Amino acid sequence: MSTEATTETFDTEPIVVEHPLVEFVRMFLRNKAGVLGFAMLLFIVLTSIFGPLIYPVDPFEIVGVPVSPPGEDGWLLGTDSLGRDLVAGLIHGSRTTLAVGAAAAACTVIIGLIIGALAGYYGGWVDNVLMRITEFFQVLPNLILAMVLITLFSPTLITIVFSIGIVSWTGIARLTRAEFLSIREREYVMAARSIGAENQRIIWHVILPNALPPLIVTAALNVGVAILFEAGLSFLSLGDPNVMSWGALIGDNREAFFEAWWAVTFPGLAIFATVLSVSLIGDGLNDALNPKLRER
Amino acid sequence: MAENLVSVRDLKVHFPLKRKGMFGERPIVHAVDGVDFDLERGRTFGLVGESGSGKTTTALAVMRLVKVTAGSIRMGNDELATMEGEELRKARSRFQMIFQDPYSSLNPRMRAGAIVREPMDLMGIGEADTRDRRVEELFASVGLRPEQTALFPHQFSGGQRQRIGVARALASRPDLIVCDEPVSALDVAIQAQTLNLLQRLQKEFGLTFLFISHDLGVVQHICDEIAVMYLGQIVEQTDRVTLFKRPLHPYTWALLSAVPSADPAIRETAERIRLTGDPPSPIDLPTGCRFAGRCPFAKEICSDKVPPLRELADGHRISCHLVDEQGNAPHHGQSAA
Amino acid sequence: MNEKTPLLSIQDLSVEFKTRDSVVQVLHGVSLDVFEGETLGIVGESGCGKSMTALGVMRLIPMPPGRYKEGRILLRGEDLLQAADQRIHDIRGNEISMIFQEPMTSLNPVYTVGNQIAETVRLHQGLGKREALDRAVEMLQAVGIPAPERRVHEYPHQLSGGMRQRVMIAMALACNPSVLIADEPTTALDVTVQAQIFDLLGDIQERFNTAIILITHDMGAIAELADRVVVMYAGRRVEEGPVDELLQNPKHPYTKGLIECVPHLVADPPEVRAVLPEIRGVVPPLRDLGKPGCPFAPRCDHVIAACRTEMPGPFPVGPDHQTSCWLYGEGAS
Repeated sequence: MSTEATTETFDTEPIVVEHPLVEFVRMFLRNKAGVLGFAMLLFIVLTSIFGPLIYPVDPFEIVGVPVSPPGEDGWLLGTDSLGRDLVAGLIHGSRTTLAVGAAAAACTVIIGLIIGALAGYYGGWVDNVLMRITEFFQVLPNLILAMVLITLFSPTLITIVFSIGIVSWTGIARLTRAEFLSIREREYVMAARSIGAENQRIIWHVILPNALPPLIVTAALNVGVAILFEAGLSFLSLGDPNVMSWGALIGDNREAFFEAWWAVTFPGLAIFATVLSVSLIGDGLNDALNPKLRER
Repeated sequence: MAENLVSVRDLKVHFPLKRKGMFGERPIVHAVDGVDFDLERGRTFGLVGESGSGKTTTALAVMRLVKVTAGSIRMGNDELATMEGEELRKARSRFQMIFQDPYSSLNPRMRAGAIVREPMDLMGIGEADTRDRRVEELFASVGLRPEQTALFPHQFSGGQRQRIGVARALASRPDLIVCDEPVSALDVAIQAQTLNLLQRLQKEFGLTFLFISHDLGVVQHICDEIAVMYLGQIVEQTDRVTLFKRPLHPYTWALLSAVPSADPAIRETAERIRLTGDPPSPIDLPTGCRFAGRCPFAKEICSDKVPPLRELADGHRISCHLVDEQGNAPHHGQSAA
Repeated sequence: MNEKTPLLSIQDLSVEFKTRDSVVQVLHGVSLDVFEGETLGIVGESGCGKSMTALGVMRLIPMPPGRYKEGRILLRGEDLLQAADQRIHDIRGNEISMIFQEPMTSLNPVYTVGNQIAETVRLHQGLGKREALDRAVEMLQAVGIPAPERRVHEYPHQLSGGMRQRVMIAMALACNPSVLIADEPTTALDVTVQAQIFDLLGDIQERFNTAIILITHDMGAIAELADRVVVMYAGRRVEEGPVDELLQNPKHPYTKGLIECVPHLVADPPEVRAVLPEIRGVVPPLRDLGKPGCPFAPRCDHVIAACRTEMPGPFPVGPDHQTSCWLYGEGAS
């Protein structure tokens, strides 16, 4: 047996340096549902970008006989109860949906993340105060609060985005807080402190990157929630009247449901498909980011 | 004449717990309750004890990673116990730590090279453009290859991760390294490699180690001076040879005889004293000697008066009423390990 | 070898795991015997397959992705690998019991300890609630927990680590099994508590004549408790023998390395700090273990040509002592 101190590593494994982004894409591609969701969302995004260019019909213009069934009179999906083209409505509505969905979710995440991180890291009275605020917002009826805000301030897209953001952040806040509470106790956080890191650096550079995986997944799902929220508000005629929205289409046509089922069904399917695609992506993200599934 | 790098005097770390009810008293955990010792430059000082002894908390206090309730930690002209803010950050480069769990002491999202470089960036050590070269030097010192700086922690084995931790601790060229159970989580063969590495580095860089461990075999191997802790206090302290050849405190003797030994010679002669029950709570401390409740030799004086930590003629420190000035202990009538 | 028939006999057990890209073999032809009333120690580092062997005996290996490639596990002559599921359920906790390393996570936090002990006897012996609880109190007494009538109603978090491990032992022994498998039972405990648990296990063995399989990486624990020892490396048995014989005359280079590289507690430590003998290198990752030859060859200082081409079978090297190393093969000096 060797009695000399040896510090060679008899480690003959080849060094595999894979960029984390490459690894992430590889893992994501493994989840078929996630890939399907991504494909669906991609289609919807492309529609919203290029749709109006390929199909330049104004969704608000009355182009034909009202309540015209799909296929007749040259309108692919028919007209609604006001005589507007449904296809144009779907295309323009997708822009609203995606824009509001993404922006509102971003708003939600930013607010929730900051509150959750501070509460989880500092604990004590900071945590107490922030959690009471969180509980207050959790208890408020979301839809009614959003309606109130929109009524107080004019119903533009920006207001809608903020209203949704303000009432939906509590879930992310709690999740972030839980992650921070757990990660705060890990040894590498203590190690960071021992090499001179201060609180701000520890929160944003040490803990947060490690807390991200469940947050990313929840954020993806929040997009779905925001989309439904926006559709609901538009359905109640509280949306921005200057932009077309799928919810508005459904709302405007709800009384004509039996005469023009297509005017309600197709926008509804569009909402369903978008929310489904986002949920599937969330599922794929979950697998891709889950450290336990990583191969050693 | 060896000089003292660090002097700790009357160190106390108390943690308040939640109050019982609205008007009840706040119970306090006396994790470290009045500890003094000196760390000689270039040598290894061991702190041993079981869970609840306060050894890890003492180490964290020296590292200023927990709040010091009272006492002094002097390093040269600096009083570490009361330093704050920027002053403390600058001082940190002189004392660094190796952590116990290689699986959780490295940030999973950072590459190994970045982990070792971070202390230099945060404490402004060296010129920015020479830091990467220094990282490679450090990797070589601990037996890792420079290409491995690009890998993430999960791509390394436990022993290798611990080496990264060692490299990180060396990055700021500290005088003192606190080792908190650095090999407990490793396989035995890797333990040997890591211990040898630590010894070699100590010689090469003139490091001073504060070594925390519950494993007496490891402590016997690597430490020069050893203090035994029980419930937040030092009960015995002396050099390595003396502690194991002729332990004075009944608790030390119980600890030594409890270690299962592969040496049949030891097993035959060891008269094992069985400690019954569990140690008392560090919240409701008993009056008198804290070990009296479990000590097989306890007399009345033991539960009445707290035994002072005395220094005997040969420098051996002992806190026990039943040990006399010549160093005769109650268990010396029985066959010792 | 013993003339008696073994109580439990593992014969040529091979287990493999199917991963995404490949099949990894974790146990290669492991054979060992456990006799009534004795303690068999299985020692090795992490990844050597010792825990996998224990799980294999209890058929607790998850069956996809795991698979019993070949081998037999005979309990009093009955092959457990062929037994029906119901029979295995009858055996677990009843004839063969297991205790684990982490008592906090192996005990269910939402049930009282009495409840958990009682559950095993009610399941296997059909006792009623009242009688089962009485038995639980009896078992707590047997494992040395003071005031058992009171403790039986407490929850795991109200007990210390040492006491929780005792509760685990009580649960394992409640139905008086013939074999108790202890997988690193004291690694998470303080050394004084560890000593108490070892005494308890020795006591139990004397009183109930239970065979114990002690799985550990701690040579000292083996020396304390075991009658015979098996050393495992990379899913294979590399040496086996009576404990004193093996500790004093280890033959396999890995066994020697394991014993020498641990800093043992001695009564008279040297003045100057020594350097520990090391075993070079690291345990190879599982997927590299399919290669022919002895798996220890890359780390061995005494490697010869045969080591790289063929796995050595066990060769006798002493009384009841055998090792799987070419240095001791036929024709070796």
